[in-house]
Amino acid sequence: MTHQVIDAKDVVIRFAGDSGDGMQLTGTLFADASALYGNEISTFPDYPAEIRAPQGTVSGVSGFQVHVGREGVNTPGDFCDVLVAMNPAALKANAKWAKPTATIIVDIDSFDADGMEKAGFTTDNPFTELKVEDRNIICAPISTLTKESLKDSGLDPKSILRSKNMFTLGMCFFMFNRPLEYTYAYLEKKFGKKKPQLVEPNKKVLFDGYNYAANIQAIANTYTIAPADLPKGTYRNINGNQATAWGLIAAAEKSGLQLFCGSYPITPATGILEELALHKNLNVKTMQAEDEIAGICTAIGAAYGGALAVTTTSGPGLSLKSEAMGLAVITELPLVIVDVQRSGPSTGIPTKTEQTDLMQALYGRNGECPVCIVAAHSPSDCFNAAFNAAKLAVEHMMPVILMTEGFLGNGSEPWKIPSMKDYPEIVPPFAVASEEKFKPFERDPRTFVRKWAVPGKAGLEHRVGGLEKNPAGVISSDPENHAYMVEQRARKIAAVADFIPELEVMGEESGELLIVGWGGTYGHLYTAAKELQAEGRSVSLAHFDYINPLPKNTAEVFGRFKKILVCELNSGQFANYLRGCLPQFKYDQYNKVQGQPFIVKEIVDAASKML
Amino acid sequence: MTMKYTAKDFKSNQQVRWCPGCGDHAVLAAIQRAMPQVSENLGIDKEKFVVVSGIGCSSRLPYYMDTFGFHSIHGRATAISTGLKVARPDLSVWQACGDGDALAIGGNHFIHAIRRNVVINIILFNNQIYGLTKGQYSPTSKFGAVTKTSPYGTVENPFTPGMLVLGARGTFFARGIDVDIKTNQEIFETAALHKGASVCEMLTNCVIFNDGAHSAITAKEVRAERTIILRHGEKMLFGAENEKGLVLEGGRIKAVTVGQDGYTIDDVLVHDAHTQDTYMHNMLIDMKAPELPVALGVIRDVEDTTYDENVEQQFQEVKAGAKVHNVDELLHSGSTWEVR
Repeated sequence: MTHQVIDAKDVVIRFAGDSGDGMQLTGTLFADASALYGNEISTFPDYPAEIRAPQGTVSGVSGFQVHVGREGVNTPGDFCDVLVAMNPAALKANAKWAKPTATIIVDIDSFDADGMEKAGFTTDNPFTELKVEDRNIICAPISTLTKESLKDSGLDPKSILRSKNMFTLGMCFFMFNRPLEYTYAYLEKKFGKKKPQLVEPNKKVLFDGYNYAANIQAIANTYTIAPADLPKGTYRNINGNQATAWGLIAAAEKSGLQLFCGSYPITPATGILEELALHKNLNVKTMQAEDEIAGICTAIGAAYGGALAVTTTSGPGLSLKSEAMGLAVITELPLVIVDVQRSGPSTGIPTKTEQTDLMQALYGRNGECPVCIVAAHSPSDCFNAAFNAAKLAVEHMMPVILMTEGFLGNGSEPWKIPSMKDYPEIVPPFAVASEEKFKPFERDPRTFVRKWAVPGKAGLEHRVGGLEKNPAGVISSDPENHAYMVEQRARKIAAVADFIPELEVMGEESGELLIVGWGGTYGHLYTAAKELQAEGRSVSLAHFDYINPLPKNTAEVFGRFKKILVCELNSGQFANYLRGCLPQFKYDQYNKVQGQPFIVKEIVDAASKML
Repeated sequence: MTMKYTAKDFKSNQQVRWCPGCGDHAVLAAIQRAMPQVSENLGIDKEKFVVVSGIGCSSRLPYYMDTFGFHSIHGRATAISTGLKVARPDLSVWQACGDGDALAIGGNHFIHAIRRNVVINIILFNNQIYGLTKGQYSPTSKFGAVTKTSPYGTVENPFTPGMLVLGARGTFFARGIDVDIKTNQEIFETAALHKGASVCEMLTNCVIFNDGAHSAITAKEVRAERTIILRHGEKMLFGAENEKGLVLEGGRIKAVTVGQDGYTIDDVLVHDAHTQDTYMHNMLIDMKAPELPVALGVIRDVEDTTYDENVEQQFQEVKAGAKVHNVDELLHSGSTWEVR
């Protein structure tokens, strides 16, 4: 067999194994090494809800897909060029993602009768049973070789076997010509101080995996993926939850306010609270509350006290916070509510991604209770989205729901580190005491924003609360006053349209078809639109970062296209919202509710059918 | 020395809308009378006072105080107070809440704020009924209470709020009866000086839906016999002439008459509100009339570190050792690479 080195534009690798096999770490290390090498990357962790699901079963399979490339890496990729399956169940659960030309690497040691049975294979050839026998299959005795590699390491057998993911990673590093140094450095940093005895064995097994792959000759092709042609600057990897936390911290710095986060742990949002808890040094206070309701209520208390207040959650937690969100609406206090959406209803499939909370975010409260809604469109965009959500909340004295998704929160990508000097100041509308008695609900005539009177300032003593008030802050059940206050609160949200960017069109400014999306589907929709444009089709993309209010030019943009296709990971919630807001247009839909992100091809197909 | 404020300074211009004869009027008066002294003791001005409440009759209280105030939602006052105090440790945070409000729908926040020992002052108006929804039983209604939702009597036991406070590691618990403004004023002043979460249970009368709920102990003719006002360091004496006292016998509290059956004043217990041990506090809180007098006054007032202090201390420690001082440095922390 002749060995070829292929210069690839991009490749997709999917690591799959038992949930205890360390696949998330393996995938992350591969992604990080590629990013440091200069590639574009996009990652997608796909893991089960159970921390240790029944070993060896399909339900316990944990996957991590990483897309690395020189250009055009906007999604974690649909199908993979290389599938690593550490056991039969991992192969079974993931074979469908292997391209016809894919290489499949399996740890053949795990393909014994027991493993095959647990995975539910009925024949003794898993490859024919899954109809992937024509792929380039590499059956490597990974467990045996790992044991052999570390037999003199002094580690116990369990720890030795746990290192088999490093052997696999070594093999992949050979296949893709990745340098080992980054991972060496990682291992030294991770284990150097606490478990120094693990540093050398892990390095050795990584190196041995690399050499094994080089020696077996079974790997016909190796790939080089040249560094991406990225704008100059300093880059880092960032996932969506971390970016969200940092965006909020940035907003606190720009506003001069203390950041307060009251939250309750919930998948997949917990990472934001965990990240914020690290940064007390940057004027961040976090409270792990006794429940979701206390999460938002402590935040509301902090907002009343003059903090930049935040609560973070996912769908079921957003339901629990509904009543308190109404309190923040009627008291007109600044508050950021982050909803990292996951599959529902109820507990649903908690580790899987969806966009099914939009209607809840828009309408899930009693009374006339409009809330401003911002959505993030990529892992690194969570930084800007969180910053913008906080700026709007503070400057417009209102709760803002920031919608992200499990796909964004856990996904990562390289990010050109911005400079804080390029971000705008955030100016809290603090009240100033005067001779006149302070009227808490007196408003700016243009923005309808009230003043923020923080305890501690003499002369501004006032009462707010869940009961309807008149502009002077006195309880009122007067019918006309109620109608007036309902209208004022709604106009305040509508006026936000003057402070958000207009909707941009990717592609021709007018034409046959406009693909419309929002939130975390951006990468897939963008890639699909680009592919169609490359084929000469008249397709453009309009992606919404602001849901309520909609950008001012939305109707004008929609009017320039013959057809509109709204693509989202739900049954049509944004499409229905648009039908209500802009009924003059006809909206076609492409929807998917499987707990999985789009794949580019299905968008291309759906759009093609309309052309 | 004259004080900076009088009770009048804490009265808002809002018309008080509780029913005539409602016990809440007297509690409000005690709070307004206590505040000037509290301001003096803590050395803080009126604009640093915030009164937070939940939902229910008693939760209207913030509107009647000329301070910063937040009338929130049912059961959540404790969570709102907590967030406010954690964000703003410089404020004096007071909370008005009812038995249904704090102990039913808000029970979770109540126990956790006490466990954390957040420096807030919780005034628990206990009238043993839902008044604002017009007369349904609450978690403190007596077993068998006939109400609109228990027409044949309740079949569930009530909480003793003080026991709940102890179970949640409470550091301060006091009890007062609505009309005893003088004792309640003392209670509030002591609560304000307590470092930690204080719970002041006010036995209030709802004239409309639960009239006389506490009259078995609060009625003038029986009050001296059926209640005892505890003060730290003082003998546990009660009765019209202070002729009765509490003694410890066989590990249990017993009410005796001094000078009878061989009991002398030396046998009478001295109240120690400051002991960490919950043994006596437990028994004192649980005393029930007519066998024993119901304990009023500050029953427990013990030192412990507070949530606010611990947050602040950690804050300072982390800041002192921090390598990252601003967001730009944060963004560049960890692994980065250059594209040239």
